[in-house]
Amino acid sequence: MTTATGTVPGAPGVGRQSLRHRLADRGIDRVLLLLVPGVLFLALLFVYPFLYGLQLSFAPKDGGGLLANYQNFFSDSYLRDTIWTTLILGVPAALFNVLASVPIAYRMRGRFRGKRTITTLLVVPIALGTVLTADGLIELLGPSGWLNKLLRDFNLVDQPVMLVHNYWGVFFSLIITGFPFAFLLVLSYLSGIDPNLERAASVMGAGWWERFRRITFPLLVPGLAITFCLSFVLAFSVFPSANLVGDPSGSTRVISIAAYHAAFEQFDYSMGSAISMIMGAIMLGIIALVLGWRSTMFRGATGGKG
Amino acid sequence: MRDQRFSELRLERIGRNFGEQAALSELSLTIRGGEFIALLGPSGCGKSTALNCLAGLLPLSSGSIWLDDRRIDGLPPEQRGFGMVFQNYALFPHMTVRDNVAFGLKMRKTPKAQLRPRVDEVMRLVRLEDQASKLPSQLSGGQQQRVAIARAIVYEPPLVLMDEPLSNLDAQLRLAMRIEIRRLHQSLHLTTIYVTHDQEEALSMADRLVVLRDGVVQQIGTPDEVYAHPANRYVAGFMGYRNMLTFDVASVSSGTAVLAAEDVRLTGQTFGPLETKRAVAAIRPEDIVVDGPPPNRIEVTVEVVEYHGREVLVQARMPGGEALYFRTEKRLAPGDKTTVAVAAERVLVYPSDAPAAPQEAAV
Repeated sequence: MTTATGTVPGAPGVGRQSLRHRLADRGIDRVLLLLVPGVLFLALLFVYPFLYGLQLSFAPKDGGGLLANYQNFFSDSYLRDTIWTTLILGVPAALFNVLASVPIAYRMRGRFRGKRTITTLLVVPIALGTVLTADGLIELLGPSGWLNKLLRDFNLVDQPVMLVHNYWGVFFSLIITGFPFAFLLVLSYLSGIDPNLERAASVMGAGWWERFRRITFPLLVPGLAITFCLSFVLAFSVFPSANLVGDPSGSTRVISIAAYHAAFEQFDYSMGSAISMIMGAIMLGIIALVLGWRSTMFRGATGGKG
Repeated sequence: MRDQRFSELRLERIGRNFGEQAALSELSLTIRGGEFIALLGPSGCGKSTALNCLAGLLPLSSGSIWLDDRRIDGLPPEQRGFGMVFQNYALFPHMTVRDNVAFGLKMRKTPKAQLRPRVDEVMRLVRLEDQASKLPSQLSGGQQQRVAIARAIVYEPPLVLMDEPLSNLDAQLRLAMRIEIRRLHQSLHLTTIYVTHDQEEALSMADRLVVLRDGVVQQIGTPDEVYAHPANRYVAGFMGYRNMLTFDVASVSSGTAVLAAEDVRLTGQTFGPLETKRAVAAIRPEDIVVDGPPPNRIEVTVEVVEYHGREVLVQARMPGGEALYFRTEKRLAPGDKTTVAVAAERVLVYPSDAPAAPQEAAV
């Protein structure tokens, strides 16, 4: 292919034309060759490190056979349990983000005054970054934060309510950063559904709940599945907030902390790689599950042209 | 199912504004049960707005809608119980044809035992019984159209609203569906309001026509009335009066007027006072006869001849330079000089200064 493009600049008009046609006949769009640098870049930055990490994970630092790292991980409950810790954080957070987005996006699917302002406000947390969010959370929900001060001033509690430096701190952080993302995706999926479908349903006697349940929601489900997958991946690789507003050595010792610990504190890159591979496998497994379920749903066009 | 028949649907001065702009103003119309009404006009004339207001999809800005003695313009669409066929069909893409058709009945909590035979019956009526388990995307345009119609009539709504239902179909299918819709209307007697921009469609299907322009009613009448006696030059133009000749008024007497221009005198009918100095003579191309009898004889030079099978459509120049269109079975060629004539009762004379003033619209 590269030789073919190489001949293009020098070729006279007729040759140029026919070359393009010959390529088109074989289903090759010459313009797509512009993707080559991008693909190479991706291979260098993603595929190569991945493969390097994969082979590294099969070369344990202390020997013991190809699978020693993996055997260690699954036999050591301190390591093994990080999977559960991460799942119990990531799955509910992703679910919450997706499900909470649906009613809000549903209300906002039409056109109305101020929609842009509300959307912008909702998107701000994405731009804030995890560290700023964590700061805010500690300021607001921490032991000496506003909420606890308020609760104590009104004598509602004796001891501060612990909402950070534990499971809930990380959960809140995941929602603050993950919700706008899920919301924007759901909103765009909703806008892709022909509004005439709901209008038709309402003329035929369907109230808002029946319209949502029978028309909008079924058409939205494939989009929700994708949104869940992306939200889950974001939540699953949680690292900064698990450290900053979590309990990184206990209840929020997520799998990414375990990998970091192995690689950069014990300098066992091989073990770190193995944990990363396990992490990737779990993510892919969950995504495959969700997409497998999605493939059983209707996935055709959601436009009215039918 | 309770009997939803009504004897009269009344629109009382209904109007709808979008911001400053009136999309529809002061439409008053009384529709008898079982009638087929066509709302006719070009795009942007307010006909779809009127339909959406009737369906409850758009709130009214003014006026009221009455079903016999029940006022319905405050009800949401799902409580009006009408049926509607959308221009792009709006079939539910994730439901089979059968589920699409059954939707309205399910919303009415029809028992299963009645639902199935009723759906089967309507599917037979629109000749879709073999397509029941397909998804809408697997159907052709005409079949989708029939699903949309079946879905709207299955629960026998008191009123069926159709929003340019045939505009997405090719010409041949359009003719077939036209007859189909007419047949359904004749066998079910469902009151129907049909929106279209196609005058032929409106004339051939409707019991009565409502001609709209810029949100204002121009004329309400039977196809015969509207076709033969357009209320103003705008309606005339819409009804196929392709020749609109603006001349000076030479004389006016009761019901007739004589218009004059260089070498041409036209005698025609008037439908009201003609107080302007100039007037428009509206003439249909098919009313012009080559070598016809006087009065209204005009010398023309043939410019363009369009072949239309049995006839040709001719564009010719009059002595004063105006274009004149006529149909003839004579084989004319460009450059030919000929004399054409038109009967005085087939020349309609309208005042020229008011294109479509509301007072003209009064019927």
